[in-house]
Amino acid sequence: MATEEESAVKEPLDLIRLSLDERIYVKLRSDRELRGKLHAYDQHLNMILGDVEEIVTTVEIDDETYEEIVRTTRRTIPFLFVRGDGVILVSPPLRTT
Amino acid sequence: MDLVGREVTVELKNDLAIRGTLHSVDQYLNIKLENTRVVDQDKYPHMLSVRNCFIRGSVVRYVQLPSRRGGH
Repeated sequence: MATEEESAVKEPLDLIRLSLDERIYVKLRSDRELRGKLHAYDQHLNMILGDVEEIVTTVEIDDETYEEIVRTTRRTIPFLFVRGDGVILVSPPLRTT
Repeated sequence: MDLVGREVTVELKNDLAIRGTLHSVDQYLNIKLENTRVVDQDKYPHMLSVRNCFIRGSVVRYVQLPSRRGGH
């Protein structure tokens, strides 16, 4: 049996390596989320994602009722570079049922 | 697969989006763009007369790249 040192999971970035060419979920700063296919990443967590959906969440406060209105804005981008300093977490996409 | 010379849209952390031709990139991922125009010119009339710009890498949130087929 050949040793599989090349694909050994030794450090946290290796976990991201396992998701290459898979769809992932990325939580970013400023209440943003991305879902897309991971094409590339580096140690800064700069990433290249394909077929991306971005979700921006905003909370409006009604002037009269003071209730919080949570809004989400979505858009799709075919091919996107994401700068790593905005990334909070990376995960396989969350399965909802 | 060099992206220099291709049209990209750089989205900054202050929500400004600048579309232009990628001129160059350096080790800090600073970006130089040519033939630039702001994406939502009515909302951001700041740079109507700016045609070439240097963008500090640290202020970039996204760079929207052309897909393989070459356009977007």
